[in-house]
Amino acid sequence: MTRSSAPGGERLELRLADHKPLYSEAQARVEAERCLYCHDAPCTVACPTGIDVATFIRKIATGNVRGSARTILTANLMGYSCARVCPVEVLCAGACVYNHLGREPIQIGRLQRYAVETVMDRGGVPSLLPRKPANGRKVACVGAGPASLSCAGYLALEGFACVLYEKRALPGGLNATGVAPYKMHVEGALREVDLIRDLGVTIRSGVEIGREVTGEDLLRDNDGVFLGIGLGSDTRLGAPGEDGPGVAGAVAWIERMKTDSGFTLGEGRRAVVIGGGNTAIDAARELAHLGIREVTMLYRRTAEVMRGYAHEMAQARMEGVRLEERAVVRGFERDGQGRLRGVLLEDGRRLECDLALVAIGQASLREVARQFPGVEVDAEGCIVADPVTGRTGHPRVYAGGDARNGGKEVVNAAQEGKRAARAIAVQCGVSITRGSAIEAGHP
Amino acid sequence: MADLSINFAGIKSPNPFWLASGPPSNTGAQVLRAFDMGWGGAVWKTLGDPIVDTSSRFGALEVAGARMVGFNNIELITDRPLETNLREISEVKKRYPDRAVVVSLMVESKEDWREIIRRAEDTGCDGLELNFGCPHGMCERGMGSAVGQEPKALKEIARWAVESASIPVLVKLSPNVTDIVEPGLAAVEAGVHGLSLINTIKSFTGVDLDRFVPYPAVGLRSTNGGYCGPAVKPIALHMVAALAKEPGISVPISGVGGISTWRDAAEFIALGATSVQVCTAVMHHGFRIVEDMIDGLDLYLESKKMSSVNELRGRALSGFVDWGDLDLNYKVVAEVDPGLCIGCDLCYVACRDSAVACIHRAEEDLAAGHRAPTREAAVTAAAAKNAHIVWVDETECIGCNLCHHVCPVHGCITMKDVTGGAPFESWNDRILKGTAKVPGGLHG
Repeated sequence: MTRSSAPGGERLELRLADHKPLYSEAQARVEAERCLYCHDAPCTVACPTGIDVATFIRKIATGNVRGSARTILTANLMGYSCARVCPVEVLCAGACVYNHLGREPIQIGRLQRYAVETVMDRGGVPSLLPRKPANGRKVACVGAGPASLSCAGYLALEGFACVLYEKRALPGGLNATGVAPYKMHVEGALREVDLIRDLGVTIRSGVEIGREVTGEDLLRDNDGVFLGIGLGSDTRLGAPGEDGPGVAGAVAWIERMKTDSGFTLGEGRRAVVIGGGNTAIDAARELAHLGIREVTMLYRRTAEVMRGYAHEMAQARMEGVRLEERAVVRGFERDGQGRLRGVLLEDGRRLECDLALVAIGQASLREVARQFPGVEVDAEGCIVADPVTGRTGHPRVYAGGDARNGGKEVVNAAQEGKRAARAIAVQCGVSITRGSAIEAGHP
Repeated sequence: MADLSINFAGIKSPNPFWLASGPPSNTGAQVLRAFDMGWGGAVWKTLGDPIVDTSSRFGALEVAGARMVGFNNIELITDRPLETNLREISEVKKRYPDRAVVVSLMVESKEDWREIIRRAEDTGCDGLELNFGCPHGMCERGMGSAVGQEPKALKEIARWAVESASIPVLVKLSPNVTDIVEPGLAAVEAGVHGLSLINTIKSFTGVDLDRFVPYPAVGLRSTNGGYCGPAVKPIALHMVAALAKEPGISVPISGVGGISTWRDAAEFIALGATSVQVCTAVMHHGFRIVEDMIDGLDLYLESKKMSSVNELRGRALSGFVDWGDLDLNYKVVAEVDPGLCIGCDLCYVACRDSAVACIHRAEEDLAAGHRAPTREAAVTAAAAKNAHIVWVDETECIGCNLCHHVCPVHGCITMKDVTGGAPFESWNDRILKGTAKVPGGLHG
């Protein structure tokens, strides 16, 4: 079976080490034994996929690590990446009852990572997730990010033949191209892609819908289509001087930093990141980690109303990132050779910089949606779909992940992929047996 | 400071804390270090014909991360030459004349007992403890618990010892019996001057599920070891109390079994022990624990306005009665403090699945006519904390206490006395009045 491999060479992201390394068995046991094993546990309620957190932690404590990984992965096939990238501070760990006791909440993400990775290292995941015999049904998933991987994985377990179409050479979506390197490198994202591949899913990389294959082709050849296409290129600020060296979209810059072995930081000494979302914070932290001496975030409003998580911003500040509030960029200043020299703010301030990343959002991939008659995109650029089933205006086309929700967490994409898988299975007349993975977790 | 000194059948000790016979009291160097740290006495590891030990020899029970909650050993008596031990005992006693030095003994024939008692007394030690308790190895050779489980043999050997000895003789009792009072009475009838209990309990601490050998494993084999440590304290407490309450037991008792803290010690003393012996806790944390034992007991006695530890002895014995003498009209109900509740719902599921389902979550309804004084506060707290805060339906609560025990937050669930002046009435009272009958039961 083909395996995904990360781009070779000295990628910049490899300079950034894991900030929460894998627990040893001893560390995992001690932390797991601290868990109170709550009834109707708030951590599970807080998990978008509904992983039975108390049970998987108890299984670590009893020495049943394989069973623990099964509890996690049945409810969330993206359990590997979610363990590393989930904002547990505002989800499961944020809901831990220990917070009410003034004690540190259980390190749920790290325990989940321990269970899943320990079992993956032993190659034991496929045997934990039984696959039903082929049912003759076919589903195409557009995009190979978390939403599609989740959808295809659950359907494969139910006996569907699933093919993922990915326009990039590298599968994994934002898990491969966007996740902060201190949380996960490209290699990690690809390990998870291989896990899904091992469930019987086919991945066709370098295939763009509308070019090599059309929407019509997919509708003709499949029982259902899932759109997990994510978002498009970085939104431009539209300020004078934006075009030229030294100014880049944050998502594009992060992708090159993670995946392009020829990419370097150049002579950058001072960087600004424009925006207040999690992409902006990620980019700022990454720049700081990579050795840029001065990293300043420019946000047009105040810290209290930032979209980025407070815990991430706090971490960024500890790492030396400065935040300028009420900083609205009016233009970019360049010298005679066209090199970036600084940014000009609406209030007249001028900040020196030789690198500026724009992190104010991403465009919608409307042209892909247009390939499927009946699929609509709303004013915000999100594909219009039923919130429970993910069904779009076309009866056999479903959507989930960033393309539908406008940009949330991996765990949301995983849940939307799972929900769409359930709906597709039901639509195809496949009866879901009680206790099967596709049924696990939240409805 | 309260007076912690005791006089145990003539054996004087500056405090009631003695090392129990075992690995920590194996050598002179160890006992000297223990006395340096403040231990009041030591029962020297059992002397007899030196033996050969196995490796490994210890097993332990871990509960949710707590190590050595229970402990077990298959170690035998001393493996050192008798002369060495006797010389060191003598040196220790000379160096610490104010401490209690008791020598544990285990031999087989009457002549052997006479001989070893004579030689032990020559060291200047304060007392002798006859080891009739070890439930492994030595019992297969007709000693240890083989004697302790057979009151006739126990009485005869104890009598030999008492006749030979000129210093106090204690018997260490085995708990591996149906009724501890029988061997206790047998020992007293033999004329011994004190009792020590409990020795260890026959046990395995687990099974190696890869090699299929019980623990503690010696290669691919194992044998039943002697169980001790915090997990046996409740058993030891009861056995000590059963003897202390027994009118025929006229001698002082040395409490042994799971004592790790001053509080454990105080509990044994309150149930009738004069001295207490410690082994597993020292094996776990070292001799240094005695500092807190002395300090804690002293301050406890002070808080209770007791000037001497002797005032504590037996204070809880009158509260130990037969079930038939308990007050059936006494009633407590659980009360959950909504301010302290963290919403783990462990009490909720415990009450629902194992009791009477009288604990409810904030959003649930109160049955008509029932009492639940904290319900409103729970609803408020649930909204404020966004947590599953619970309340108790006092009309339904049977006061079983399960919720209190499962609650991980100390002080959150308390049991509230709602007896409300109901007169005392026990089962035995009802029998006397003829009102106690089990419908369809033994009494028709």
